[in-house]
Amino acid sequence: MLLRIKEMIIKEFIQVFRDKRMLGIIFITPVLQMLAFGYAATTDVTNISTAVYDLDKSFESRELVQRLESSGYFRVKVHVEHADEIQDLLERGKVIATIQINSGFSEDLKKGIPSSIQVIVDGTDSNTATVAMDYINRIIMEYSGDLNRNIETRNPTIDLRARAWYNPDLRSRNYNVPGVIAIVIMLTCLLLTSMAVVREWEIGTMEQLMVTPLRPIELMLGKTIPFAAIGFFDMLVVTIVAVFWFNIPIKGSLPGLALNTAVYLLSVLGMGLLISTISRTQQQAMMATFLFYIPAVLLSGFMFPIENMPQIIQYGTYINPLRYFLVIIRGIFLKGSGMDILWPQTLSLLLLSIVVVTLSSLRFKKKIR
Amino acid sequence: MNNEAVAIRTENLLKSFGDYRAIDNLDLDIKRGEIYGLVGPDGSGKTTLMRLLTAIMEPDSGQAWVAGHSVVTESERVKEKIGYMSQRFGLYEDLTVIENIIFYADLYDVPRKERPERIERLLGFSNLTPFKARLAGKLSGGMKQKLGLACALIHTPEILFLDEPTNGVDPVSRRDFWKILYDLLKEGITIFVSTAYLDEAERCTRVGLIHKGKLLAEDDPAAMKKSFGYPMIALWADDPRRAIEVLKMVPGIKNISIYGDRLHIALESPELMETIVFELQAAGIVMKSYRNIIPTLEDIFITKVAGDE
Ligand SMILES: Nc1ncnc2c1ncn2[C@@H]1O[C@H](COP(=O)(O)OP(=O)(O)O)[C@@H](O)[C@H]1O
Ligand SMILES: [Mg+2]
Repeated sequence: MLLRIKEMIIKEFIQVFRDKRMLGIIFITPVLQMLAFGYAATTDVTNISTAVYDLDKSFESRELVQRLESSGYFRVKVHVEHADEIQDLLERGKVIATIQINSGFSEDLKKGIPSSIQVIVDGTDSNTATVAMDYINRIIMEYSGDLNRNIETRNPTIDLRARAWYNPDLRSRNYNVPGVIAIVIMLTCLLLTSMAVVREWEIGTMEQLMVTPLRPIELMLGKTIPFAAIGFFDMLVVTIVAVFWFNIPIKGSLPGLALNTAVYLLSVLGMGLLISTISRTQQQAMMATFLFYIPAVLLSGFMFPIENMPQIIQYGTYINPLRYFLVIIRGIFLKGSGMDILWPQTLSLLLLSIVVVTLSSLRFKKKIR
Repeated sequence: MNNEAVAIRTENLLKSFGDYRAIDNLDLDIKRGEIYGLVGPDGSGKTTLMRLLTAIMEPDSGQAWVAGHSVVTESERVKEKIGYMSQRFGLYEDLTVIENIIFYADLYDVPRKERPERIERLLGFSNLTPFKARLAGKLSGGMKQKLGLACALIHTPEILFLDEPTNGVDPVSRRDFWKILYDLLKEGITIFVSTAYLDEAERCTRVGLIHKGKLLAEDDPAAMKKSFGYPMIALWADDPRRAIEVLKMVPGIKNISIYGDRLHIALESPELMETIVFELQAAGIVMKSYRNIIPTLEDIFITKVAGDE
């Protein structure tokens, strides 16, 4: 039994290392995907095209605009002279935000009473809109705070300061890149396993394997273990890119990450095997892989929070390995969580792995239909 | 089923794909030590029968026993005792010759101690020793087949199933291959081989003609020729193709086939020869000569298949 599995593994490795296409899938694509997605995976909003309608025309109003620009979040493209221009600019998408500084702004500021500023933001991209609003408020608040401190007013305004835990400078990349690692590894592993099994059908070796005493579970493990090793290697490479290229810090323990990765890989490879049992050609396997992969990514919490999904879909996400691993990898990267916190996720992944690998062995019959 | 002398036996074996019966209530009885040739046109059910007998496909009904075990209820026991070479080259082209052999040796749990000697022997008889380190994909067609055979023999099976093993292989390699089969036969291995080449069928101890999943005839080649019911003539004419067209119309002619410039004609009775001469003359075709011949297996099979259509 062990000998047969060992021989399957050796064979699989030899084949992988002699196949240039496979080498590409293993060593190049994950890094390229990591780089591409890593750069794309930011919801940070910078350089928002902005129009300014300054009615106050005071030193303070100019100072405020200055501060908006030097924050890096806003780029003032237009100075508007008439109110009706604002709507036009927004509609034609020339600017995303307009800031109207009403006359009396400087007076109000000095008195420390709420200043008359009107902000209009294009709400089509709700994320950008919220973030832009938030930035503007923060900048105005800071400015007013500084001013009040300068003139040492008797009634200090309340210092409202939102502070995000775990990811203090709110770099969305820090939050997103660990997720990217998870999805890149998932795709690679799914494709590798499902292709490896289906290829045996295509080249006719599966028929030959079937007349040997090889047991389904041996075949399944023989196909899982080598790709688990390769997946692990990819995980390492991709994590190195994340840490050293994108400067994403890892707060938690590396052994913890390794352990959880192992369990995650097992579950994903199991899914790949399951896909291979319903496919007979590489095209079918490819199709089935993406039919699984895309919903798995969308319904994992990678982009949309699971809590916001309809209940029935939330139940569906329980069979999605990515769902658990996202919690784990974000926990380890961002919060430094340990197993004392992450164990439910690890356990779920482990159970899922056992179920899918068993299911694929059962589904795989040593029979031709 | 525990008759030691029986290698393969089927009873009312049936396998359908949709409405089509690929194997239609087939009965077989093959003894140990035989080399049984299964002959039939493309799509007649040879591969399906192979798969049923090697227990990698389940029959719809009927039974089959191979090496004393039922393919339905004891499929894994059957697999221990047989070797199988599927119709498509089922080896890893990106592994070398020796890697392929070792891979199968491990799958079959060939004991470590016996391994070097066995591998040596298999490589020796298949003349693959010099190509040990070559990738299987880089071998010639004939060598690939020999490697397939070596892999199928690594666990010294009792019965060997070969599905069109020499298909697309050059004549010299085909002869080599059959020499190897005879050596195996001498060692007591039973061989069940399908082939599209009738000259190969002649070398079998017994031949079965399969058509649409049924056995149309089954006997040893010599007896089959002797018992063929119709006189057979070979005929030379100046325009053999047109001669076929003319003679097709003649009632009582069982079958005509063309071999280069020569026609083989199966007649219902010898008197029919006069009609043939007359018809050819009437059509302006010059008949050079003719003589009575012993039918080849091909003649027999073509006639039987035509009769079954
Ligand atoms: N897996 C299958 N599914 C559907 N039809 C099949 C399958 N295998 C064989 N057939 C059909 O069964 C018939 C016999 O095929 P096969 O056994 O491959 O013949 P042969 O090997 O003599 O060429 C053919 O008509 C073929 O189309
Ligand atoms: Mg066939």
